Formats: sequence, structure tokens, C-alpha cells
Amino acid sequence: MVRFFGVLVGLLLAFVLVVAALLPREESSPDITKKYHLAPVAMHWQQDGPLGIGVFGTFDRQQLQRGYQVYKQVCSACHSMDLVAFRNLEEIGFSPAQVKALAKESEVPSINPDTGEEATRPALPSDHFPHPFPNGVAARAANNNALPPDLSLIIKARHQGPEYLYSLLTGYEHAVPADVDVPDGLHYNPYFPSLNIAMAQPLMDDQLEYSDGTKATKEQMAKDITAFLHWASEPELEQRRRTGVGVVIFLSILSVLAYLSYRRVWAGIAH
Amino acid sequence: MSFPWAKHYEPQHPLMQWIDSRMPLPRLVYNAVGPGYPVPRNINYWYNFGVLAGVAMMIQIITGIVVAMHYSANASVVAGSVDGASIAFNSVEHLMRNVNSGWLMRYMHANGASFFFIVVYVHIFRGLYYGSYKAPREVVWMLGVVIFLLMMATAFMGYVLPWGQMSFWGAQVITSLFSAIPLVGEAIRTWLVGGFAPDNATITRFFSLHYLLPFVIVGVVILKIWSLHIPGSTNPTGVDVKGPQDTLPFHPYFTAKDFFGVCIYLIIFAVFVFFMPNALGHPDNFIPANPLSTPAHIVPEWYFWPFYAILRAFTVNFLWIPAKLWGVIAMFASILLLFFLPWLDNSRVKSTSYRPMYRIWFWVLVVDVLILGLCGGRPAEEPWVRISQLASAYYFAHFLILLPALSFFEKPLPMPNSIAESVLAKHDPSVSPAVAE
Repeated sequence: MVRFFGVLVGLLLAFVLVVAALLPREESSPDITKKYHLAPVAMHWQQDGPLGIGVFGTFDRQQLQRGYQVYKQVCSACHSMDLVAFRNLEEIGFSPAQVKALAKESEVPSINPDTGEEATRPALPSDHFPHPFPNGVAARAANNNALPPDLSLIIKARHQGPEYLYSLLTGYEHAVPADVDVPDGLHYNPYFPSLNIAMAQPLMDDQLEYSDGTKATKEQMAKDITAFLHWASEPELEQRRRTGVGVVIFLSILSVLAYLSYRRVWAGIAH
Repeated sequence: MSFPWAKHYEPQHPLMQWIDSRMPLPRLVYNAVGPGYPVPRNINYWYNFGVLAGVAMMIQIITGIVVAMHYSANASVVAGSVDGASIAFNSVEHLMRNVNSGWLMRYMHANGASFFFIVVYVHIFRGLYYGSYKAPREVVWMLGVVIFLLMMATAFMGYVLPWGQMSFWGAQVITSLFSAIPLVGEAIRTWLVGGFAPDNATITRFFSLHYLLPFVIVGVVILKIWSLHIPGSTNPTGVDVKGPQDTLPFHPYFTAKDFFGVCIYLIIFAVFVFFMPNALGHPDNFIPANPLSTPAHIVPEWYFWPFYAILRAFTVNFLWIPAKLWGVIAMFASILLLFFLPWLDNSRVKSTSYRPMYRIWFWVLVVDVLILGLCGGRPAEEPWVRISQLASAYYFAHFLILLPALSFFEKPLPMPNSIAESVLAKHDPSVSPAVAE
């Protein structure tokens, strides 16, 4: 009975599927974005470690600090980083006193303790980075209706995050192909999924002066901000890999012991 | 217990005797996973995956309890967030950034779900290969299918909880499956979601159920192990256990073997958790849920891809049934048909090693499911739709047409007389496994 109904149901489903597979498809129109879209350029980062497999890689603290400078002086005009607090900057090599000073440069919303009215105060290390805009509507209004995404997780939120971001930031100088239409207020960038991005080219050579004397080419700045945002997305990265190496060594030794005891228990037993 | 020659629990120590006569828990353990449970001596490493599934389940429950301590099921947008990060989304990030070893718990839980499914898929295919669903183990198999369904529901709801883009849109797509039911579909969907679109009511009920269902799974696992212990495990020859020479006590033989398997499993698990924790996830789930912005390609977690491919393979209305409803029916049918497997396959030979025709089709099925998985992860465009249509057609034909038909045509290979004989033949070529022929 089960087999009889089974065969009937099977024939029906298989028939419907095979008919659907044999039906002709509509001519699909050629997709212009696919034609010009570029895969991110290959990069090697210090945090990728030897062989680029990431097991032993650690961040370059100096680079992260430069990256913070780029964020502070360029990106933070439009992009928030809600999940990162000033105190976290100690993890990238700033001293507690430096962090205190860096925090103080920003004002954060507060309440006047005497009147209860809204006020601002200098930020403390425990405060998160301030928002450039009070809300999404204000952000859109100031940016030609485009929303500058929060950057706290941006590296994890894109395929091949670090390569993608570096490519995007340095990808503005490709010539616009004749058959691509760039609407007003958008900018051609072949690394962006839709080819046209609302953000204008953010980095120019010598746009800022690095406090450690590094020459601020746009490639250098793109690398530094990418490394900084990578850290911001995965602040646990170094601790995670360090722990992982220990865990894998421990489990490998345990596996050898487990195998030896398995062989010993089974010694002389045919199986 | 299962076999008359199973060792009996005889506590020597007066304290253990005292306990045994009042609350015989040590006796239960002794008979379940101790020396009192005889197991076929020839089972291979594929049989480790049952224990591994239990280990994966316990990892999920323990890490899940810790993760839940820091999680807030609240879809409200955090004040000042430009891109709509919710309290739920930020509570997960709080765990990742501010809680000691919180990232470890979270990554173990997220990757643990994937690994649970990997283990269970291997376990299911092992059951298919060695005929573990056949009499007298039908109930063991069907309870396994129940666990699989519960796992899918639990995993789906867990993926919604971080309230990222794929969480939200995954919830939207999966709950809208119910709206394909004629007449009452839309009402059912609204009732399940708690509104017209996924929102706070959805996240709170999903959290509640996501915490409940794992314990239901534990309950069904206990029933499954209970029913397994009556006939005992199958074995690679498919020949029934005939006497004490065919079995070894679970402890110490299989506890030693399983422990080695667990160690290897944990190494592979650790490599993912510590060195590539996001390799099995989707980047879009690190973008906060945005009901106004649909992702370019909505895909579920990888372990649902074969079923997602079957769902999307139905593109034509047929017999007055719309394509969407066909897809939903077929997707559920693709799992529910497993309940009928013990009766669909009429061959009395359990092990595929002795079924020359089915052996070929078994591996075709493995490749077919892998192809379906590949298609399910791709956007719904050619050539993926056509491939998934043909692959889905084979999937149903395999279980519903081929398997019942094979038992008529297939001439099984000669089988060994007993487990002990096949084991000895491996070690001593002069003993022929097919004496009885």
C-alpha cells in the first residue's frame, strides 16, 4: 500500500519537475552590472599571518592607530561606529592617558544635572564613539538620501571584507564605460555591487598628516582604515587565535592518547 | 536487556547495593552505555556519528544556556542607531565584545549548529547505507526523523534571534511558506508570526521556542536510545547478531573508540570556531535587520540549502495548484517521506555492501543531495533552477520509485553467515564468508 501510493506520488512530483525543467526559459536581458563588476583585489595583511592562513596573524598596532586617525578625521564625518567605545582604543596600543585625551576631544549628549535639560559633555573612555547624525533620517537628509552604514561590523558584513573595503576605497579612478549610466549624485566604482555608489571618493593623497610621519598616500590610508575597521569588527581576533592554537595542540595530544588507549583496549580483538 | 548474554550489573560495594535497591540509576547507565550493552563487534567509524550527534547536542545546550544569559529578545531599535540596530542585535554584539570569552560561547553556538547538522547528515546517510531503518528498527529511524524535524525548527528560530538582515528576511520567507496553504494560509502565517511582518512578537516567541525545543529533542533522543537498545545497532554486514561471539560490551570497547572519534571531531570543530568562525555564516547577518531593504539574495543557512532548492524547483502551476504550493508540499514531502522509508524499501538485505544495484543509486543520491545543496545556495536563476529541478526529480524518484522497484530486480550478493565469521574472514582468508551459498 505504502509502495503503491509512494510510486504514484513519486511519478507525479517527478513529472511536474521534469516538465518544468523542459519548459523554455524567457530570454534574460544581459546584466550590465555583471559585465563590469570587479572582484576585490588580492591583498596581504599583517593579521593574515604567515602563509596568509590567519592562524598566527596579529594586527599592526601602529597601523591601527593610523587607521583610527583616518576614521576620526575622514570617515566619522558621516559614519557612526556605535559598538566601539573609547576605552577599546587601549587594545590598539594607546595608553589610558591618551585614551582619556582622545575621548575628551568629542562631545556626547548628556543631561544638565541641575535643570534636567539636554546638554553635552566631553566624552569619557567609557563612552562609545559619538554619532555624526542623531538618527537615520538626519543621516539620509544630509547625504542625498543615501544612508552611511555604521562601520563597527563592516568587515564581517561584506564578502571578503578587508579586500572589498580596500578595493572600494581605491576604486574610484576607473574610467566609466560608455554603456554605464551614472545618475546624478552617484559615483562610478566597479567594486560596488551596483557599480554606482553614493559615497564620493573619500581618500585623496596627503589629505591628512599622520602623527607617526608615515606618508599619507590614498593607498596607505585605505590600508590603515581597513585594518582599523577589521580590528573593530573582530576585536577578539588575536585572543581567539591564541586560544585556538592552544586548544588544537591540547586536543591533538588528547587524540593521540585516545587512539593509543583505543588500540590497547582492542588489542587482540578481531573486528 | 537486548541479548541474553549481556553482562548483569552486580554491585559489590555495600553503598552501591544500597543505592541499587532504592534508585537504580547506576544500573541504568551500566545497561545503557556500560558493559551491560552488547554491540556488534564489527561496526566501523561511521557508527561514531550517533555519539557525536549527542556530543554536538550537549555543546549546543551548554553554550546556548550561557548565550541566553546575555541575550535580549527585543526588536526595538536602539536610540541613535543610524541603520536600525535592535536591542537584540546589540545584545549579541555585547556578548561578543564585552563579556569574558563571550565570543567563544557565541561562535561555538553558531558553528555548533552547523556541526550538529554535518554530524546528523552523515548519521542519516550511514543509516541509509546500512539499512538502519529496516525491521526491527523502524521506530528508531522514525524517532530520528522527528529529531531531525525538531532540529530544523530549532535552528531556523535560532538564526532569527540575532535580528540581522538574513534573520529577518529568512523569517519572512520561511513563515510565508505557510501562506501558500489555500484559504487559511494567510491567517495561519499572521498567527505564527504574531503580526503582518516579523517584529517583536516574532522574536520573543522564537526565543521562547528556541529555548524549549532543545529539551524536547533531548526527550526524543532518550526515546530513540531506548528503542535502539532493544534490537541493538545494525552493523556493516547487515547480518543479525546471533550469539555472544558477535558482540563486545559497549564499555570499554566502544567508549574507547567513541572517545577517539570525539577528539577528532573536536579538533575539526575547534579549527572552525577559532580560525574561521564566520566561514559557514552569511555576511549579511552582521547588518542589522531592515524591513525596508531586501537583500539581493535571501538564502537560509547552508544546512537548509537542499530543501530550499526543492522549494524553489517548482516553477509551473499544475493541476490548479499554484507553483508556490507545489514547492511547499514537495519540500515537506522530501522530509516526511523518510517516515515511510522502512516500507518503501522492501529488500530484506540491510547492508548496501551486498546490494550491487542499490549501492550505485545510493551514491547517486549522495551526489544528488550535494548538487541540491549547491543549487539552494545560489540565486534563483539559470542554470541553477533547471539543475535543481532535475536533481529534485531524482530525489523523489530515488525514494518513491527506485527503492520500491529495486527489491524486485536486485539479486543480492552472498552474505556472510554471521558477524563473527565475516570478522574472522578478514583476518584469515582461508575462511570463506559465503559457505552457506
